Amino acid sequence: MSTSSIAPPPAAAPAAGDYTPIRARSAPRPGTWIAAVIVALLVVALVNFLLTNPVLDWGTVATYILDVKVVQGVGWTLLLTVLSMVVGTVIALLAAIMRRSDNPVLRGVAWAYIFVFRGTPVYTQLVFWGLFTVIIPKIVIGVPFGPELLSFSTRDLFTAFWAAVIGLGLNEGAYLAEIFRSGLNSVDRGQSEASRALGMSEGLILRRIIVPQAMRVIVPPLGNETIGMLKTTSLVLAVPFTLDLTFATNGIANKLFTPIPLLIVAALWYLAITSVLMVGQHHLEKYFGRGFDARTPGAPGTKRSRQSAVNSAGTTPQNPLPEVEL
Amino acid sequence: MSHENTHRAAPAEEAVPAIQIEGLHKSFGDVHVLTGCDLTVRPGEVAVLVGPSGSGKSTLLRCINQLEEASAGRVRIEGVTQGYAEQPLADGRWQKLSAKQIAAQRARIGMVFQRFQLFPHMTALHNVMEAPVHVLGMEKAQAESEARELLARVGLAERADHYPSELSGGQQQRVAIARALAMKPELMLFDEPTSALDPELVAEVLAVLQDLAADGMTMVVVTHEMGFAREVADTVVFMDEGRIIEQGPPAQVIDSPRSDRLKDFLASVL
Repeated sequence: MSTSSIAPPPAAAPAAGDYTPIRARSAPRPGTWIAAVIVALLVVALVNFLLTNPVLDWGTVATYILDVKVVQGVGWTLLLTVLSMVVGTVIALLAAIMRRSDNPVLRGVAWAYIFVFRGTPVYTQLVFWGLFTVIIPKIVIGVPFGPELLSFSTRDLFTAFWAAVIGLGLNEGAYLAEIFRSGLNSVDRGQSEASRALGMSEGLILRRIIVPQAMRVIVPPLGNETIGMLKTTSLVLAVPFTLDLTFATNGIANKLFTPIPLLIVAALWYLAITSVLMVGQHHLEKYFGRGFDARTPGAPGTKRSRQSAVNSAGTTPQNPLPEVEL
Repeated sequence: MSHENTHRAAPAEEAVPAIQIEGLHKSFGDVHVLTGCDLTVRPGEVAVLVGPSGSGKSTLLRCINQLEEASAGRVRIEGVTQGYAEQPLADGRWQKLSAKQIAAQRARIGMVFQRFQLFPHMTALHNVMEAPVHVLGMEKAQAESEARELLARVGLAERADHYPSELSGGQQQRVAIARALAMKPELMLFDEPTSALDPELVAEVLAVLQDLAADGMTMVVVTHEMGFAREVADTVVFMDEGRIIEQGPPAQVIDSPRSDRLKDFLASVL
């Protein structure tokens, strides 16, 4: 292209693909081959062990993997996981916002909650919630020292299942609160400033601007915590709640005197649920990452810019202020 | 250009000033950043603040819409005291306004930032619609049609459905201007609107500012673009070390500076 006179119109630029790519042969990579051989040998040894060791008893695994009690246990475990994560998330968001508050009372309450629930074992907390109906058998709403307006027995409402959900949720909330706090802090301060300049109230700024952006940072550890929670639900026998997956498989194992195959049944189910949770996490990450990723497609039918093509290759550090004409 | 330098054409009985700043001081800890500023901006006037970095230009601008709280002095917008009640209390103290009242005052002042500060999780269209819908309670359909009109006005009708990360700096800044205009502000503040832009993108943003000025928008612009100041400003205000040193029409301030500090400053930027 001539640069001495007026530049030719863009139509004269070389068309994409108008070159012969380099015909290259890969450089030798002995390390890859050595690693492959070692791993292949280990896999053969593992398969041999899995197939020939009689203690594993695959027949029993096959019999019980779809046992009614086991499948119901999977259902209860999933329900416990989801509900306690919902409880934990709501509490954590409140606690994280309270810790950012100007109000010293709210800050103190949030601090104390995190201190207590993060500082004691979840097992202890579950035992406590299991005994809740013994400690507080009746809740009375009325005038202090005056007449009772409404009273009900906690035993009717606070079943073992809800004790487990509340116990797991409150414990989880304390951990999540710290994750949420760092997520909220990760949002550029200029964002709330720009929102304030538009006349938005602090509550509106949190809800519409800060939290949606913080979620991008929060979701990956939140997914991690959810998978952790799936396995923590096996502690609910402390309440005692006895319908979850671990308790169900243990019960069968104790009856048959064959612990190993039933452990494999439980492990396979936990792995299956984890896989499903990972898919959910992937979709959440994609949703909250919208607008942040140069790979996010633009409006349909628009041409991808040169800069976004360079960025999406992932080989060049991204300029935070891309200055290019589309 | 219709708007060119028509200062002091108004008769003796002037309208209420768009902005009136009296004896403004601001300290950050023990650093006295603004040391007594007085500034009056008439409706439809374009005031350009220039000065070396650290001279207090941005702080002065941010005191106008209460992003910074003044330590002393008073800011009035269209005659209304900002942040405090009009009259002092019986004991001489001033009653602060509530957060809600301050937000309502801010909503009438548009602001554009050096680093755009678009909401990255929303498309250009939703950036512009956000405040009208959620602050003013406008119907979504109406907000969308107004937002599309504003985006067209800044030359970005085609980019309405793009996220900020898919736009160039110049385009992002034009969306930010549309976002501020969507609140139908009485005046617009610009804090170095072109300083974060590549040189070839500065012109497209300045063109939008020039267009706004021609439409009679009251504007306060902090900038280092002396060409813009000369062409578009009604008043050029030179600040140094927290004080307004000189102010007047560009022909006077830029072409025949009186103080040595202004002469030095102009020598370094022109």
